[in-house]
Amino acid sequence: MFAYYFQLGLRSLRRNPLLTALMVMAIGFGVAASMITYSVFRATANNPIPQKSDQLYAVQIANWKPQDLEGELRPALTYTDAMAFIRAHKARRQTALYPIAPSVIPADAHRLPITADSYAWYGDAFAMFDIPFLYGGAWSQAQDDAHASVAVIGRELNDKLFNGIDSVGKTINLDGHDYRITGVIDDWDPQPLYFDPVNTGGFGDPIDLFIPFTRAIDLQMPTAGNNNCNTDPGNGWDNWLRSECIWIEYWAELPTTADADAYKRYLTGYAAEQQRAGRFKWAPNVALRDVTDWLDFNKVVPPESKISLLVSLGFLLICLVNTIGLLLAKFMRRAPEIGVRRALGASRREVYMQFLIEAATVGLAGGVLGLVLTGLGMLSVGWVFDEQIARLATLDVSLVTLTVVVAVAATVMAAFYPTWRAAQVQPAWQLKSN
Amino acid sequence: MDIKPILAALRHHKGGTALIALQIALTLAIVCNALFIIQQRLDRVGRPSGVQESDLFVIQNDWAQKLAPAEADARMRADLQTLRQLGSVQDASASNSFPLHGAGWDNFVRMSPDQVKMTTDSAIFFADEHTLATLGTRLAAGRNFRADEIGSQTGNDPLHARQVIISDGLARTLFPHGSALGKTIYTSNDQSPSTVIGITGTLQSHLTELWAQPYAYNAVLVPARLTGDSTFYLVRARPGQLVDAMRQAQDALYAQSRMRIIPADGGVMTFAQARQRAYDADYGMAILMGIISAVLLVITAAGIVGLTSFWVGQRRKQIGVRRALGARQRDILGYFLTENLLITLGGLLLGVVLAVALNLWLVIRLGSQPMSPLYLAGGVLLLLLLGQGAVLAPALKASRVPPVEATRSV
Repeated sequence: MFAYYFQLGLRSLRRNPLLTALMVMAIGFGVAASMITYSVFRATANNPIPQKSDQLYAVQIANWKPQDLEGELRPALTYTDAMAFIRAHKARRQTALYPIAPSVIPADAHRLPITADSYAWYGDAFAMFDIPFLYGGAWSQAQDDAHASVAVIGRELNDKLFNGIDSVGKTINLDGHDYRITGVIDDWDPQPLYFDPVNTGGFGDPIDLFIPFTRAIDLQMPTAGNNNCNTDPGNGWDNWLRSECIWIEYWAELPTTADADAYKRYLTGYAAEQQRAGRFKWAPNVALRDVTDWLDFNKVVPPESKISLLVSLGFLLICLVNTIGLLLAKFMRRAPEIGVRRALGASRREVYMQFLIEAATVGLAGGVLGLVLTGLGMLSVGWVFDEQIARLATLDVSLVTLTVVVAVAATVMAAFYPTWRAAQVQPAWQLKSN
Repeated sequence: MDIKPILAALRHHKGGTALIALQIALTLAIVCNALFIIQQRLDRVGRPSGVQESDLFVIQNDWAQKLAPAEADARMRADLQTLRQLGSVQDASASNSFPLHGAGWDNFVRMSPDQVKMTTDSAIFFADEHTLATLGTRLAAGRNFRADEIGSQTGNDPLHARQVIISDGLARTLFPHGSALGKTIYTSNDQSPSTVIGITGTLQSHLTELWAQPYAYNAVLVPARLTGDSTFYLVRARPGQLVDAMRQAQDALYAQSRMRIIPADGGVMTFAQARQRAYDADYGMAILMGIISAVLLVITAAGIVGLTSFWVGQRRKQIGVRRALGARQRDILGYFLTENLLITLGGLLLGVVLAVALNLWLVIRLGSQPMSPLYLAGGVLLLLLLGQGAVLAPALKASRVPPVEATRSV
């Protein structure tokens, strides 16, 4: 029966080509707009480390007077506080981090120096953030403590500098200093860049190079990201480190909620201690945010993405209302035919079946058009969104499935009312007047 | 035209009537807000920068070695000398950032040293005596920096500018009554005052984000070179020689020293490209909202055509009877136009509520601006015309139904 109704549906599509085309186009455009904007939203609202997002916490502490905070904790720490947390070592793993901008100087003097997206952090970070290695591995805690000249590089940089061979043990020259490579990272491109949404805005190229935080401080490498001061730090590097300027992000790995609670108590205790010592003249104000909370706090999903998704869903809704109206016209036009079928013994159920399947056929056609339009739209996402975000919006199997499912489901839902009306057709009335 | 019979007839088509009204309501809500978003974005894009943008380009220069501040300063001066001597270059200057760049240095500005809360926020542009000429920004009052006033500092040092030039936007914010010239302001966290020696014409900040809208025209020019890992060189080409100047400048810098990085992607950029980059998201939103609005209007119109045609088909007999009883063609035409007008008005009533609700949601959740009632009025008018336009073809068809139809197959 299903196959027969499906055939009837196909035949009916051809009967009023204009009406059919209208419906298919409405559904196609509505679904495509929703799917394109949804793919961007999905990419920007992505959980980049789902297996651990509830075990990794960013640390915040109020080191400025409440007037300077403007109601919200700042997303960065001072050097003083970050070092106190590192020394206390209260989490399973922890790292302080900040972006740096060293120049990579090739061994071959004929080649020009290049920049690499780089971070200074602790060896723990590689295991914390589940970073996969192609060759070698992270540097050790002892090397952190020794302020060692070591580095971990990304696969792409390894390809560029060493033609992709195992470069562990070789040296890389940054700003005129040699670093021994301990590991090469395999493909690792979490988006959003959750460990530092503050300086990246959440999206950017994969990070190519890491060196120990302690070494970067020794070499007085300034942050390549934001630095915010509420008081005059005074002249020179040492004064800056001692100042209340905030420029470091801090992450702690806390496997259970009990660990997180304990860590929060530690932070509150630390802030209270600073208050007693006279550095903070306000009550302790600290926060621990897990990955999703942290991305939310830093407003990583751009408002453009939310607005366009909302408007597109509204657009789809209108297309569906439109489809309800057109299906109503299409079905009711066939009242005589329904009357004949009912008179010949078809139950209401049969009529329901026939028209819902016919609607599903329309939905399927709309879904196919929607798929084509979504594919075209994907090519032009770069027009509307930042290229770093646009490259994340892809037409994968799940999106293809979703497009077709949404198109068919929405059309069938839209068909409920017209179908109900069709099933109400009184056979006697129709037979009488014709 | 008497609307009572029309209302009575509509009661027989509750479903279809409600559907058209609902569609018009939703369309109004979306189209009003979309048009408002487009207008807002285009307003932002159309703001003047205060910079003569043609013939201006920007070089991003990163030092490939860690340089001592004095060494970096010496190299920057040598680079500027080289750039200014090029035949295709009119003038050049170094800075930490530039209007519309997005990233840069902004400070709270205060009127007295012990003020707890800032008066306003302002971009800090490091500048020398060539900066205004390079940007093509005019000096509205006071004087330019002199060569002997230009110092240098690192990014970790606080600002200690005894003399500053400020943008007229900042001048008007700080001194709404009277001139800012010769007055003292505090541009840093320390207690040292800066005297305003000059005021520029319009000059835009590097800040382009929505939150920075109130500060978009605040800029302080500080007479110093900022030494650090990198710098921007702003270069004005001689008129019409932009392309030559861009190539020659890069070659000349590399000839001077190879221990630098001028990024392959965006390292040398015309100001027009910088502007495009700053407003990419705005253009994108405007295009997207434009496409959605246009398609939406077409679909709504098509929906009205479809349903009305169906009604006309259903009522051919009634129309025939009316014609046979003496109704003229234009009475039939009027009937369908009025019917559509009534449905559209009903939909618009609901639509206005929905449009305002959607705008409120955007204001509360996403920090948009409240929509001007003009957009509602415009949207209402647009949809009234759209409804009448869409119904015209089926209504004309109805008016041509011959009276003889009344006698058929009853």
